[in-house]
Amino acid sequence: MSQTIPPILSVLPTRALVDEKFKVLVENLPAGSPVTVHSLHHSEDKDYWEAYAHYISDHKGTVSVAEDLSFGGTYTGIEPMGLLWSMRLVPGSQKGLRLRKMDVHSPMLVNISVYSGHIAEGFREQPPLASALTERWYMAPGVRRIDIREKGVRGTLFIPPGPGPFPGLMDMWGGSGGLMEYRSALLASHGYVSLALQYFSPGELKSAELEFKYFEAAFNIVKDHPQVIPDRVGIFGLSLGAIVTMYLAAESTIIKPRCCVCVSGSHFYPRGENLTIFDQTLIRNFHKVRVDENGYQIWRDIILPIASDLSLKVDVRKITCPMLLVNGLDDQNIATVESAEDITQMMHAAGNDHLLTRVHYPDTGHLIEPPYSPHFRATKYLVDTTKAKVTLLWGGQTKPHSDAQEDSWRKILAFLQQHLYSTSSPKAKM
Amino acid sequence: MSQTIPPILSVLPTRALVDEKFKVLVENLPAGSPVTLHSLHHSEDKDYWEAYAHYISDHKGTVSVAEDLSFGGTYAGIEPMGLLWSMRPVPGSRTGLRLRKMDVRSPMLVNISVYSGHKAEGFREQPPLASVLTERWYMAPGVRRIDIKEKGVRGTLFIPPGPGPFPGLMDMWGGGGGLLEYRSALLASHGYVSLALEYFSPGELQSADLEFKYFEAAFNIVKDHPQVIPDRVGLFGLSLGAVVTMCLAAESTITKPRCCVCVSGSHIFPRGETLSGIHKLMFRNSHKARVDENNYHIWRDLNLPITSDLSMKVDVRRINCPMLLVNGHDDQNTPAVESAEDVAQMMHTAGNDHLLTRLHYPDTGHLIEPPYSPHFRATNFIMESTKAKDEMHQKHVILLKWNFSKET
Repeated sequence: MSQTIPPILSVLPTRALVDEKFKVLVENLPAGSPVTVHSLHHSEDKDYWEAYAHYISDHKGTVSVAEDLSFGGTYTGIEPMGLLWSMRLVPGSQKGLRLRKMDVHSPMLVNISVYSGHIAEGFREQPPLASALTERWYMAPGVRRIDIREKGVRGTLFIPPGPGPFPGLMDMWGGSGGLMEYRSALLASHGYVSLALQYFSPGELKSAELEFKYFEAAFNIVKDHPQVIPDRVGIFGLSLGAIVTMYLAAESTIIKPRCCVCVSGSHFYPRGENLTIFDQTLIRNFHKVRVDENGYQIWRDIILPIASDLSLKVDVRKITCPMLLVNGLDDQNIATVESAEDITQMMHAAGNDHLLTRVHYPDTGHLIEPPYSPHFRATKYLVDTTKAKVTLLWGGQTKPHSDAQEDSWRKILAFLQQHLYSTSSPKAKM
Repeated sequence: MSQTIPPILSVLPTRALVDEKFKVLVENLPAGSPVTLHSLHHSEDKDYWEAYAHYISDHKGTVSVAEDLSFGGTYAGIEPMGLLWSMRPVPGSRTGLRLRKMDVRSPMLVNISVYSGHKAEGFREQPPLASVLTERWYMAPGVRRIDIKEKGVRGTLFIPPGPGPFPGLMDMWGGGGGLLEYRSALLASHGYVSLALEYFSPGELQSADLEFKYFEAAFNIVKDHPQVIPDRVGLFGLSLGAVVTMCLAAESTITKPRCCVCVSGSHIFPRGETLSGIHKLMFRNSHKARVDENNYHIWRDLNLPITSDLSMKVDVRRINCPMLLVNGHDDQNTPAVESAEDVAQMMHTAGNDHLLTRLHYPDTGHLIEPPYSPHFRATNFIMESTKAKDEMHQKHVILLKWNFSKET
């Protein structure tokens, strides 16, 4: 039996950082033949994630994912990176899961395959025509990872290769807690000493004042590091982390961030309260929580309308460093855009709005992550204080949300480079 | 003391196959400032290899190695990959070294740094402004490596990821002997099941009694592999490996390669001899060996002029598969170009020269390797290991002159 000559599938580069693009190329197909290009990832949590798209080879028998149009699948149109950002859990999986790399020392392995014809299922049942393995890394070669347990502060420090010194960043995530290292690993791969900060447990620190001191101590760990340029340390926060960022920038007399990046945050932070105030506010305002047609909880109305009472908000009029706000117009978890509007007004009244840059993305939700990560419209969430397991609606539509992740990351890196690396005098707006 | 803001050095991609290009970029420099880009590699043999080049930043304070001109160093001009291919052992190293990756499962680590000013030495003595680490891989993710010890054949098989089936290759190196895996690993990374064949040990050519049967058995191991398309197996040989390739293609009744690639080879081979016949031939003609001004041995004349005695040549008129000959005009080891000319004439008389493609590169030597490998003008070569009376091995090490200047 003569064997058919298989097509040649290549992914270039085969190993890349997660924010780098790749080119997926299929050659040696018959001309004008329909094929399905498929991606598969087996997560650390042992779930399977996949994406697929329908292509037609050209007269040379080639399909170039970077240049050709997808006729259907988990994405359509000309989408070079669609095989990554449009990934979702394979049919039959548990629902509401999120894909997040916990071990940043190893790469994310993605299997790219090409199948004959336009298929939408049964990828495991039939063999592909060809497949290739690609590695996606959060850590560039030479980046060092160091556990931090000092002065009561807990986190992980990532240091770029080279002699330094480098600018620094304190990096904070949202209310689901735990310790996510991947963004800091990626920031270190771009030349920043970055501390992925773990929060204290609820009630662990007895007062708001002690909690404040925790963040200040963490910032100083970065600032005082021998390989860090002390007056070039910024703060990066998402969701609750963004709120804390604004709070520190406005209120701290000890730490002076050079610049701040706040993704999907608000300025709602009742003065003098500790972090448990957020869960308490949730409970107090639970009547404002809506559910969508799937029973997913929408929390965005909890802080609406934006209070005029200054004691309930971070006094952003006191911020003296450049600040970048990145938000999604379809954020269903926090009213980030309304909050950003109010922040702008407050800062305008104080005359420091030249420090503020706002970028709002249409059809984009709450979880604005590094580019090419899959989009999560709604995922399971454990509410700390009540121990309730709910599914939260984060918002966003996959394609515009993925575009926002790609664009915002570029803008964030440019903003950081401008304010932390540039030798020219700092400009507030990009 | 306020610290100067360092420049930003990036290599894209940070991890790549050895034949992929990278872009080295330096940003955040003062405008119009002279800098030196430097690469450093610590080899498996524990030697240090380096390259460097002098650049001047533009008005935005940027140096782009892929686009800008090097004013001097181990390379000049616009050379995106010069930091790799122009590497040589650091001053003070042992002489005659060659850089070859033996363990293909780990990457080659290259440190790229940028220094202030235009320097040519003292890179270890002062700290760079910035440095990054880049990985260069022979094996793509998913390629499998399998030790082969069957039917008397020794080698390593590399299989691409995916279901297959794939075309196959048998891959043979030259007179230095031993087992070099890296080219096969790279070929597998490009979709070919490739067998890196070991056919004699370093210094043992004199006693290599290998016959055709060994190579035919090795070829069949590839051809019969369940993931290989049996009528799509080719031969790839360099130097002595290229000679063997031509022999098999012309003479074997069992081995039918789909195509052949012969790099820096010749067709001079005493008919009917075993591999050691090559050694005997060299010994007979050793009076024709010359040395250059550095005492490097030049062997190209050993087989010149190309004999008209057909019994001393592979009968290339009998080759019936496409064959690609890749040679360097400045090959000082083998008269590859003269041989190729004779091969073309022989095949022309037989009417099968339509199968032949020849690529001859100017100022190029014998060791034509995968791209961006450093260039080796002259290296140590183990001639023979002889047993002295007290049973200690003595290796006669000579410096073989391979080539004249930069490879293509």
